Amino acid sequence: MWLSYLLIGSVRALVGATPRWAGSKPEDRRRIYFANHTSHIDTIAIWSALPPNLRAKTRTAAAADYWGTGALKRTIALRALNAVLIDRKRADPGADPLRPLYDVLEAGQSIIIFPEGTRGLERLPAPFKSGLYHLAQRFADVELIPVYLDNLNRSMPKGTMFPVPLICTVRFGAPLPRVAEEDKSAFLERARNAVIELAR
Amino acid sequence: MNPSQKLYWLIGGVVALLIVASAIGHVLRARVKDEAAAAVVDNLNARVRAWWWMVAVFAAAFLLGRNATIVMFAFISFFALREFLTLTPTKIGDHRALSVAFFVLIPIQYLLIATDWYGLFSIFIPVYGFLLLPSISVLAHDTESFLERSAKIQWGLMITVYCISYVPALLLLPIPGFTGENPLLMFYLILVVQMSDVLQYVFGKLFGKTKIAPIVSPSKTVEGLVGGGASATLIGAAMWWITPFTPAQSAGMAFVIVVMGFLGGLVLSAVKRSLGAKDWGAMIEGHGGVMDRMDSVSFAAPVFFHATRYFFT
Repeated sequence: MWLSYLLIGSVRALVGATPRWAGSKPEDRRRIYFANHTSHIDTIAIWSALPPNLRAKTRTAAAADYWGTGALKRTIALRALNAVLIDRKRADPGADPLRPLYDVLEAGQSIIIFPEGTRGLERLPAPFKSGLYHLAQRFADVELIPVYLDNLNRSMPKGTMFPVPLICTVRFGAPLPRVAEEDKSAFLERARNAVIELAR
Repeated sequence: MNPSQKLYWLIGGVVALLIVASAIGHVLRARVKDEAAAAVVDNLNARVRAWWWMVAVFAAAFLLGRNATIVMFAFISFFALREFLTLTPTKIGDHRALSVAFFVLIPIQYLLIATDWYGLFSIFIPVYGFLLLPSISVLAHDTESFLERSAKIQWGLMITVYCISYVPALLLLPIPGFTGENPLLMFYLILVVQMSDVLQYVFGKLFGKTKIAPIVSPSKTVEGLVGGGASATLIGAAMWWITPFTPAQSAGMAFVIVVMGFLGGLVLSAVKRSLGAKDWGAMIEGHGGVMDRMDSVSFAAPVFFHATRYFFT
Protein backbone atom coordinates (compact mmCIF):
# COMPACT_ATOMS: atom_id res chain seq x y z
CA MET A 1 0.00 0.00 0.00
CA TRP A 2 1.26 3.50 -0.83
CA LEU A 3 0.93 4.61 2.80
CA SER A 4 3.41 1.90 3.86
CA TYR A 5 5.97 3.21 1.41
CA LEU A 6 5.34 6.78 2.54
CA LEU A 7 5.82 5.84 6.21
CA ILE A 8 8.92 3.73 5.54
CA GLY A 9 10.36 6.45 3.28
CA SER A 10 9.84 9.21 5.87
CA VAL A 11 11.27 7.13 8.71
CA ARG A 12 14.32 6.32 6.60
CA ALA A 13 14.82 9.95 5.63
CA LEU A 14 14.50 11.18 9.21
CA VAL A 15 16.17 8.55 11.38
CA GLY A 16 17.92 6.24 8.91
CA ALA A 17 16.81 3.00 10.61
CA THR A 18 19.72 1.07 9.13
CA PRO A 19 19.95 -2.56 10.21
CA ARG A 20 22.91 -4.07 12.03
CA TRP A 21 22.78 -7.82 12.21
CA ALA A 22 24.94 -9.03 15.10
CA GLY A 23 24.53 -12.76 15.65
CA SER A 24 21.68 -13.41 13.24
CA LYS A 25 21.03 -12.87 9.54
CA PRO A 26 17.93 -11.78 7.67
CA GLU A 27 16.54 -15.24 6.89
CA ASP A 28 13.23 -16.40 5.56
CA ARG A 29 12.04 -18.41 8.58
CA ARG A 30 9.52 -18.08 11.37
CA ARG A 31 10.73 -15.67 14.00
CA ILE A 32 9.56 -13.63 16.93
CA TYR A 33 11.38 -10.30 16.94
CA PHE A 34 11.13 -8.71 20.39
CA ALA A 35 12.29 -5.14 20.90
CA ASN A 36 12.45 -2.28 23.36
CA HIS A 37 9.54 0.12 22.91
CA THR A 38 9.88 3.90 23.17
CA SER A 39 8.16 5.51 20.21
CA HIS A 40 5.40 5.30 17.62
CA ILE A 41 7.91 4.72 14.88
CA ASP A 42 9.47 1.59 16.44
CA THR A 43 7.46 -0.79 14.26
CA ILE A 44 8.19 1.13 11.07
CA ALA A 45 11.88 1.32 11.99
CA ILE A 46 12.11 -2.48 12.39
CA TRP A 47 10.11 -2.97 9.23
CA SER A 48 12.37 -0.59 7.26
CA ALA A 49 15.40 -2.51 8.50
CA LEU A 50 14.05 -5.84 7.22
CA PRO A 51 14.52 -6.75 3.56
CA PRO A 52 11.24 -6.35 1.58
CA ASN A 53 10.68 -10.10 1.13
CA LEU A 54 10.74 -10.62 4.91
CA ARG A 55 8.72 -7.48 5.58
CA ALA A 56 5.76 -8.97 3.73
CA LYS A 57 5.84 -11.99 6.06
CA THR A 58 6.41 -10.14 9.32
CA ARG A 59 3.47 -8.75 11.24
CA THR A 60 3.48 -6.56 14.26
CA ALA A 61 1.35 -6.65 17.39
CA ALA A 62 -0.46 -3.38 18.16
CA ALA A 63 -2.64 -2.50 21.14
CA ALA A 64 -6.31 -2.58 20.14
CA ASP A 65 -7.24 0.04 22.78
CA TYR A 66 -4.92 2.55 21.07
CA TRP A 67 -4.51 1.62 17.40
CA GLY A 68 -8.02 0.24 17.01
CA THR A 69 -9.65 3.58 17.86
CA GLY A 70 -10.18 6.30 15.26
CA ALA A 71 -10.17 5.94 11.49
CA LEU A 72 -6.65 7.32 10.91
CA LYS A 73 -4.97 5.14 13.53
CA ARG A 74 -6.89 2.07 12.28
CA THR A 75 -5.85 2.75 8.69
CA ILE A 76 -2.20 3.18 9.64
CA ALA A 77 -2.15 0.09 11.86
CA LEU A 78 -4.20 -2.30 9.77
CA ARG A 79 -3.69 -1.19 6.18
CA ALA A 80 -0.25 0.41 6.16
CA LEU A 81 1.55 -1.63 8.80
CA ASN A 82 -0.43 -4.86 8.40
CA ALA A 83 -0.59 -5.04 12.21
CA VAL A 84 -2.44 -7.55 14.37
CA LEU A 85 -4.56 -5.90 17.04
CA ILE A 86 -4.12 -7.26 20.55
CA ASP A 87 -6.65 -6.76 23.31
CA ARG A 88 -4.26 -5.85 26.13
CA LYS A 89 -7.16 -4.66 28.32
CA ARG A 90 -8.79 -8.13 28.16
CA ALA A 91 -12.28 -6.98 27.30
CA ASP A 92 -13.36 -10.64 27.07
CA PRO A 93 -11.86 -12.38 30.13
CA GLY A 94 -12.37 -15.82 28.63
CA ALA A 95 -10.42 -15.16 25.42
CA ASP A 96 -6.65 -15.52 25.09
CA PRO A 97 -5.39 -12.07 24.09
CA LEU A 98 -2.44 -13.66 22.27
CA ARG A 99 -4.72 -15.74 20.01
CA PRO A 100 -4.29 -13.42 16.96
CA LEU A 101 -0.50 -13.86 17.24
CA TYR A 102 -0.79 -17.65 17.45
CA ASP A 103 -2.73 -17.50 14.19
CA VAL A 104 0.01 -15.51 12.47
CA LEU A 105 2.75 -17.89 13.61
CA GLU A 106 0.64 -20.92 12.74
CA ALA A 107 0.24 -19.48 9.26
CA GLY A 108 4.05 -19.59 8.94
CA GLN A 109 4.70 -15.87 9.32
CA SER A 110 6.91 -13.94 11.76
CA ILE A 111 5.87 -11.39 14.37
CA ILE A 112 7.29 -8.27 15.99
CA ILE A 113 6.36 -7.72 19.63
CA PHE A 114 7.24 -5.19 22.28
CA PRO A 115 7.19 -7.24 25.48
CA GLU A 116 7.16 -4.21 27.78
CA GLY A 117 3.55 -3.79 26.68
CA THR A 118 3.76 -0.01 26.50
CA ARG A 119 6.16 2.73 25.45
CA GLY A 120 8.83 3.68 27.99
CA LEU A 121 10.82 6.89 28.32
CA GLU A 122 14.23 5.36 29.02
CA ARG A 123 16.95 4.02 26.74
CA LEU A 124 16.78 0.58 28.37
CA PRO A 125 13.60 -1.51 28.45
CA ALA A 126 11.42 -1.94 31.55
CA PRO A 127 10.63 -5.49 32.81
CA PHE A 128 8.87 -7.66 30.23
CA LYS A 129 5.23 -8.78 30.42
CA SER A 130 4.56 -12.49 30.12
CA GLY A 131 3.30 -12.56 26.50
CA LEU A 132 6.74 -13.41 25.09
CA TYR A 133 7.01 -16.37 27.49
CA HIS A 134 3.70 -17.88 26.41
CA LEU A 135 4.56 -17.44 22.74
CA ALA A 136 7.98 -19.03 23.27
CA GLN A 137 6.42 -21.97 25.15
CA ARG A 138 3.82 -22.62 22.50
CA PHE A 139 6.17 -22.32 19.51
CA ALA A 140 9.33 -24.12 20.59
CA ASP A 141 10.91 -24.15 17.12
CA VAL A 142 10.45 -20.44 16.36
CA GLU A 143 13.61 -18.31 16.64
CA LEU A 144 13.46 -15.57 19.26
CA ILE A 145 15.43 -12.58 17.94
CA PRO A 146 16.19 -9.70 20.34
CA VAL A 147 16.11 -6.26 18.72
CA TYR A 148 17.40 -2.98 20.12
CA LEU A 149 16.27 0.36 18.71
CA ASP A 150 18.57 3.16 19.75
CA ASN A 151 17.79 6.87 20.01
CA LEU A 152 14.09 6.60 19.22
CA ASN A 153 13.34 7.44 22.87
CA ARG A 154 14.94 10.82 22.11
CA SER A 155 13.69 11.14 18.57
CA MET A 156 9.99 10.72 19.26
CA PRO A 157 9.40 10.24 23.00
CA LYS A 158 5.98 9.38 24.37
CA GLY A 159 3.79 12.48 24.22
CA THR A 160 5.32 13.96 21.06
CA MET A 161 3.75 13.80 17.62
CA PHE A 162 6.68 14.24 15.26
CA PRO A 163 10.16 12.66 15.19
CA VAL A 164 13.32 14.74 15.53
CA PRO A 165 15.99 13.50 13.09
CA LEU A 166 18.46 11.47 15.15
CA ILE A 167 20.17 8.45 13.66
CA CYS A 168 18.65 5.14 14.76
CA THR A 169 20.39 1.82 14.20
CA VAL A 170 18.20 -1.27 14.38
CA ARG A 171 20.34 -3.92 16.06
CA PHE A 172 19.32 -7.54 15.61
CA GLY A 173 20.98 -9.94 18.06
CA ALA A 174 21.63 -13.69 18.17
CA PRO A 175 18.59 -15.95 18.68
CA LEU A 176 17.77 -16.36 22.37
CA PRO A 177 18.77 -19.92 23.37
CA ARG A 178 16.06 -22.15 24.88
CA VAL A 179 16.78 -23.33 28.40
CA ALA A 180 14.95 -26.42 29.64
CA GLU A 181 12.95 -26.15 32.88
CA GLU A 182 13.37 -22.37 33.05
CA ASP A 183 10.62 -20.56 34.93
CA LYS A 184 8.73 -17.60 33.55
CA SER A 185 10.43 -14.77 35.40
CA ALA A 186 13.95 -16.13 34.70
CA PHE A 187 13.09 -16.44 31.00
CA LEU A 188 11.67 -12.92 30.80
CA GLU A 189 14.67 -11.45 32.59
CA ARG A 190 17.06 -13.31 30.27
CA ALA A 191 15.12 -12.04 27.23
CA ARG A 192 15.24 -8.48 28.53
CA ASN A 193 18.97 -8.75 29.18
CA ALA A 194 19.48 -9.92 25.60
CA VAL A 195 17.94 -6.63 24.41
CA ILE A 196 19.95 -4.61 26.95
CA GLU A 197 23.14 -6.37 25.81
CA LEU A 198 22.52 -4.98 22.29
CA ALA A 199 22.25 -1.45 23.71
CA ARG A 200 25.96 -1.36 24.54
CA MET B 1 37.14 31.85 -20.75
CA ASN B 2 33.78 32.71 -19.23
CA PRO B 3 32.91 31.43 -15.71
CA SER B 4 30.90 28.43 -16.84
CA GLN B 5 33.63 27.33 -19.23
CA LYS B 6 36.08 27.58 -16.33
CA LEU B 7 33.72 25.45 -14.24
CA TYR B 8 33.61 22.73 -16.92
CA TRP B 9 37.39 22.66 -17.03
CA LEU B 10 37.61 22.49 -13.24
CA ILE B 11 35.14 19.63 -13.01
CA GLY B 12 37.01 17.90 -15.83
CA GLY B 13 40.24 18.35 -13.87
CA VAL B 14 38.75 16.84 -10.72
CA VAL B 15 37.40 13.88 -12.71
CA ALA B 16 40.86 13.35 -14.25
CA LEU B 17 42.33 13.39 -10.73
CA LEU B 18 39.82 10.79 -9.58
CA ILE B 19 40.60 8.56 -12.57
CA VAL B 20 44.29 8.69 -11.59
CA ALA B 21 43.42 7.97 -7.92
CA SER B 22 41.19 5.01 -8.92
CA ALA B 23 43.97 3.63 -11.17
CA ILE B 24 46.55 3.94 -8.37
CA GLY B 25 44.16 2.21 -5.95
CA HIS B 26 43.70 -0.60 -8.46
CA VAL B 27 47.45 -1.12 -8.91
CA LEU B 28 48.08 -0.99 -5.15
CA ARG B 29 45.34 -3.58 -4.53
CA ALA B 30 46.93 -5.98 -7.03
CA ARG B 31 50.31 -5.59 -5.38
CA VAL B 32 49.55 -5.82 -1.63
CA LYS B 33 51.13 -8.74 0.18
CA ASP B 34 49.94 -8.76 3.81
CA GLU B 35 46.53 -8.26 5.38
CA ALA B 36 47.27 -5.01 7.22
CA ALA B 37 48.32 -3.35 3.97
CA ALA B 38 45.23 -4.76 2.25
CA ALA B 39 43.00 -3.14 4.87
CA VAL B 40 44.66 0.25 4.31
CA VAL B 41 44.35 -0.06 0.53
CA ASP B 42 40.71 -1.22 0.76
CA ASN B 43 39.90 1.80 2.90
CA LEU B 44 41.74 4.02 0.40
CA ASN B 45 39.69 2.57 -2.45
CA ALA B 46 36.46 2.98 -0.46
CA ARG B 47 37.40 6.62 0.07
CA VAL B 48 38.10 7.12 -3.64
CA ARG B 49 34.74 5.51 -4.53
CA ALA B 50 32.99 7.82 -2.08
CA TRP B 51 34.84 10.76 -3.64
CA TRP B 52 33.33 9.87 -7.02
CA TRP B 53 29.87 10.18 -5.47
CA MET B 54 30.64 13.39 -3.63
CA VAL B 55 32.11 14.98 -6.77
CA ALA B 56 29.06 13.85 -8.76
CA VAL B 57 26.65 15.46 -6.28
CA PHE B 58 28.66 18.69 -6.06
CA ALA B 59 29.10 18.92 -9.83
CA ALA B 60 25.38 18.36 -10.40
CA ALA B 61 24.48 21.09 -7.87
CA PHE B 62 27.05 23.53 -9.30
CA LEU B 63 25.83 22.97 -12.83
CA LEU B 64 22.15 23.27 -11.84
CA GLY B 65 22.89 26.71 -10.46
CA ARG B 66 22.66 28.87 -7.41
CA ASN B 67 19.46 27.57 -5.80
CA ALA B 68 20.42 23.93 -6.26
CA THR B 69 23.76 24.65 -4.59
CA ILE B 70 22.10 26.35 -1.64
CA VAL B 71 19.62 23.48 -1.23
CA MET B 72 22.46 20.95 -1.36
CA PHE B 73 24.27 22.74 1.47
CA ALA B 74 21.03 22.91 3.46
CA PHE B 75 20.90 19.11 3.24
CA ILE B 76 24.56 18.82 4.21
CA SER B 77 23.79 20.92 7.29
CA PHE B 78 20.75 18.74 8.02
CA PHE B 79 22.77 15.51 7.91
CA ALA B 80 25.68 17.06 9.82
CA LEU B 81 23.41 18.39 12.58
CA ARG B 82 21.72 14.99 12.76
CA GLU B 83 25.09 13.32 13.29
CA PHE B 84 26.08 15.89 15.88
CA LEU B 85 22.89 15.61 17.90
CA THR B 86 22.77 11.83 17.65
CA LEU B 87 25.98 11.77 19.69
CA THR B 88 24.84 14.56 22.03
CA PRO B 89 22.87 13.56 25.11
CA THR B 90 19.61 15.50 24.99
CA LYS B 91 16.45 15.04 27.04
CA ILE B 92 12.74 15.06 26.33
CA GLY B 93 12.63 18.72 27.33
CA ASP B 94 14.77 19.54 24.29
CA HIS B 95 12.45 17.85 21.82
CA ARG B 96 10.73 21.03 20.69
CA ALA B 97 13.95 23.04 20.50
CA LEU B 98 15.49 20.29 18.38
CA SER B 99 12.50 20.26 16.03
CA VAL B 100 12.86 24.02 15.63
CA ALA B 101 16.59 23.69 14.95
CA PHE B 102 16.05 21.15 12.19
CA PHE B 103 12.85 22.29 10.56
CA VAL B 104 12.86 26.06 11.13
CA LEU B 105 16.40 27.34 11.66
CA ILE B 106 18.10 25.37 8.86
CA PRO B 107 15.57 26.43 6.19
CA ILE B 108 15.63 30.08 7.34
CA GLN B 109 19.44 30.25 7.41
CA TYR B 110 19.63 29.04 3.81
CA LEU B 111 16.65 31.15 2.68
CA LEU B 112 18.54 34.19 3.94
CA ILE B 113 21.38 33.25 1.61
CA ALA B 114 19.00 32.61 -1.29
CA THR B 115 17.40 36.04 -0.75
CA ASP B 116 20.74 37.87 -0.43
CA TRP B 117 20.06 39.07 3.12
CA TYR B 118 23.62 39.23 4.43
CA GLY B 119 22.81 41.32 7.54
CA LEU B 120 20.43 38.76 9.03
CA PHE B 121 22.32 35.74 7.69
CA SER B 122 25.41 36.68 9.67
CA ILE B 123 23.63 37.06 13.03
CA PHE B 124 20.61 34.81 12.75
CA ILE B 125 21.99 31.74 14.56
CA PRO B 126 24.51 33.45 16.89
CA VAL B 127 21.85 35.89 18.14
CA TYR B 128 18.32 34.64 17.51
CA GLY B 129 19.08 30.90 17.56
CA PHE B 130 21.19 31.37 20.67
CA LEU B 131 18.42 33.14 22.55
CA LEU B 132 15.43 31.28 21.12
CA LEU B 133 16.40 27.62 21.60
CA PRO B 134 17.01 27.68 25.37
CA SER B 135 13.82 29.74 25.70
CA ILE B 136 11.92 26.88 24.09
CA SER B 137 13.69 24.22 26.16
CA VAL B 138 13.05 26.07 29.41
CA LEU B 139 9.30 25.68 28.91
CA ALA B 140 9.75 21.97 29.70
CA HIS B 141 10.73 22.93 33.28
CA ASP B 142 13.65 20.53 33.44
CA THR B 143 16.74 22.04 35.03
CA GLU B 144 18.87 18.90 35.04
CA SER B 145 22.05 19.72 33.05
CA PHE B 146 20.12 22.54 31.39
CA LEU B 147 23.22 24.60 30.66
CA GLU B 148 25.09 21.61 29.22
CA ARG B 149 22.18 20.64 26.99
CA SER B 150 21.59 24.18 25.71
CA ALA B 151 25.30 24.75 25.15
CA LYS B 152 25.74 21.53 23.20
CA ILE B 153 22.74 22.14 20.98
CA GLN B 154 23.96 25.66 20.21
CA TRP B 155 27.49 24.42 19.55
CA GLY B 156 26.20 21.81 17.12
CA LEU B 157 24.08 24.39 15.36
CA MET B 158 26.96 26.87 15.08
CA ILE B 159 29.29 24.30 13.50
CA THR B 160 26.91 22.31 11.32
CA VAL B 161 24.56 25.06 10.16
CA TYR B 162 26.09 28.50 10.73
CA CYS B 163 29.69 27.69 9.80
CA ILE B 164 28.86 25.35 6.91
CA SER B 165 26.38 27.85 5.46
CA TYR B 166 29.32 30.20 4.89
CA VAL B 167 30.28 28.07 1.88
CA PRO B 168 27.22 28.96 -0.24
CA ALA B 169 27.24 32.43 1.37
CA LEU B 170 30.29 33.11 -0.82
CA LEU B 171 27.69 33.56 -3.57
CA LEU B 172 26.56 36.75 -1.78
CA LEU B 173 29.87 38.60 -1.90
CA PRO B 174 29.82 41.60 -4.24
CA ILE B 175 33.46 41.49 -5.39
CA PRO B 176 34.28 44.26 -7.90
CA GLY B 177 35.36 42.84 -11.26
CA PHE B 178 34.28 39.34 -10.24
CA THR B 179 30.52 39.58 -10.86
CA GLY B 180 28.95 36.24 -11.77
CA GLU B 181 32.08 34.31 -10.91
CA ASN B 182 31.35 33.64 -7.21
CA PRO B 183 30.64 29.91 -7.73
CA LEU B 184 34.32 29.63 -8.69
CA LEU B 185 35.28 31.02 -5.29
CA MET B 186 33.21 28.31 -3.65
CA PHE B 187 34.93 25.72 -5.81
CA TYR B 188 38.31 27.21 -4.81
CA LEU B 189 37.54 26.95 -1.07
CA ILE B 190 36.28 23.37 -1.26
CA LEU B 191 39.17 22.31 -3.51
CA VAL B 192 41.85 23.74 -1.21
CA VAL B 193 40.26 22.35 1.99
CA GLN B 194 39.73 18.88 0.58
CA MET B 195 43.09 18.72 -1.22
CA SER B 196 44.71 19.75 2.05
CA ASP B 197 42.90 16.90 3.88
CA VAL B 198 43.70 14.36 1.17
CA LEU B 199 47.35 15.39 0.80
CA GLN B 200 47.86 15.44 4.58
CA TYR B 201 46.52 11.89 4.60
CA VAL B 202 48.78 10.85 1.68
CA PHE B 203 51.94 12.52 3.06
CA GLY B 204 51.12 11.11 6.50
CA LYS B 205 50.76 7.58 5.13
CA LEU B 206 53.97 7.86 3.09
CA PHE B 207 56.32 9.77 5.40
CA GLY B 208 54.42 10.19 8.69
CA LYS B 209 56.51 9.49 11.80
CA THR B 210 55.91 12.24 14.34
CA LYS B 211 52.37 12.35 15.72
CA ILE B 212 51.05 15.86 16.39
CA ALA B 213 48.19 15.03 18.70
CA PRO B 214 48.13 11.28 19.35
CA ILE B 215 45.27 11.49 21.84
CA VAL B 216 43.00 13.80 19.85
CA SER B 217 43.64 12.56 16.34
CA PRO B 218 46.07 9.63 16.05
CA SER B 219 46.35 9.85 12.25
CA LYS B 220 47.68 13.44 12.11
CA THR B 221 51.45 13.74 11.75
CA VAL B 222 53.89 16.65 11.41
CA GLU B 223 55.15 15.25 8.09
CA GLY B 224 51.57 14.98 6.82
CA LEU B 225 50.68 18.49 7.93
CA VAL B 226 53.78 20.16 6.48
CA GLY B 227 53.83 18.18 3.22
CA GLY B 228 50.06 18.24 2.68
CA GLY B 229 49.60 21.80 3.88
CA ALA B 230 52.44 23.15 1.70
CA SER B 231 51.18 21.28 -1.37
CA ALA B 232 47.62 22.48 -0.82
CA THR B 233 48.89 26.06 -0.45
CA LEU B 234 50.76 25.70 -3.75
CA ILE B 235 47.65 24.25 -5.42
CA GLY B 236 45.70 27.24 -4.08
CA ALA B 237 48.30 29.65 -5.47
CA ALA B 238 48.19 27.89 -8.84
CA MET B 239 44.39 28.31 -8.92
CA TRP B 240 44.58 32.11 -8.66
CA TRP B 241 43.03 32.45 -12.14
CA ILE B 242 39.60 31.34 -10.82
CA THR B 243 39.69 33.89 -7.95
CA PRO B 244 39.79 37.67 -7.61
CA PHE B 245 43.26 37.28 -6.03
CA THR B 246 46.79 37.68 -7.40
CA PRO B 247 48.94 34.52 -7.22
CA ALA B 248 50.63 35.73 -4.00
CA GLN B 249 47.28 36.68 -2.42
CA SER B 250 45.88 33.35 -3.52
CA ALA B 251 48.74 31.53 -1.78
CA GLY B 252 48.03 33.56 1.37
CA MET B 253 44.32 32.74 1.25
CA ALA B 254 45.06 29.06 0.63
CA PHE B 255 47.42 29.09 3.61
CA VAL B 256 44.66 30.54 5.82
CA ILE B 257 42.25 27.86 4.55
CA VAL B 258 44.80 25.10 5.24
CA VAL B 259 45.49 26.33 8.79
CA MET B 260 41.81 26.75 9.65
CA GLY B 261 40.97 23.41 8.07
CA PHE B 262 43.65 21.69 10.14
CA LEU B 263 42.37 23.31 13.33
CA GLY B 264 38.79 22.35 12.44
CA GLY B 265 39.81 18.73 11.97
CA LEU B 266 41.60 18.74 15.29
CA VAL B 267 38.89 20.51 17.31
CA LEU B 268 36.04 18.42 15.91
CA SER B 269 38.03 15.27 16.47
CA ALA B 270 38.32 16.26 20.14
CA VAL B 271 34.58 17.06 20.27
CA LYS B 272 33.75 13.71 18.68
CA ARG B 273 35.91 11.86 21.19
CA SER B 274 34.49 13.79 24.11
CA LEU B 275 31.08 12.58 22.91
CA GLY B 276 32.44 9.03 22.96
CA ALA B 277 32.68 8.25 19.24
CA LYS B 278 35.41 7.48 16.71
CA ASP B 279 33.44 8.48 13.60
CA TRP B 280 30.61 10.97 13.30
CA GLY B 281 28.47 8.47 11.43
CA ALA B 282 28.52 5.91 8.66
CA MET B 283 26.91 7.75 5.78
CA ILE B 284 30.02 8.02 3.57
CA GLU B 285 31.79 4.71 2.97
CA GLY B 286 35.47 4.76 4.02
CA HIS B 287 35.24 8.28 5.45
CA GLY B 288 32.72 7.91 8.28
CA GLY B 289 29.99 10.51 8.56
CA VAL B 290 29.26 13.78 6.77
CA MET B 291 30.96 15.67 9.60
CA ASP B 292 34.16 13.65 9.09
CA ARG B 293 34.38 15.33 5.67
CA MET B 294 32.98 18.73 6.65
CA ASP B 295 34.98 19.30 9.87
CA SER B 296 37.76 21.26 8.18
CA VAL B 297 35.30 23.05 5.87
CA SER B 298 33.30 24.30 8.86
CA PHE B 299 36.34 26.09 10.30
CA ALA B 300 37.81 27.30 7.02
CA ALA B 301 34.62 28.67 5.39
CA PRO B 302 33.71 31.54 7.81
CA VAL B 303 37.30 32.81 8.01
CA PHE B 304 37.80 32.61 4.25
CA PHE B 305 34.47 34.39 3.72
CA HIS B 306 35.28 37.25 6.09
CA ALA B 307 38.88 37.61 4.90
CA THR B 308 37.63 37.89 1.32
CA ARG B 309 34.84 40.25 2.36
CA TYR B 310 37.21 42.49 4.31
CA PHE B 311 40.00 42.71 1.77
CA PHE B 312 38.22 42.37 -1.57
CA THR B 313 34.79 44.04 -1.35
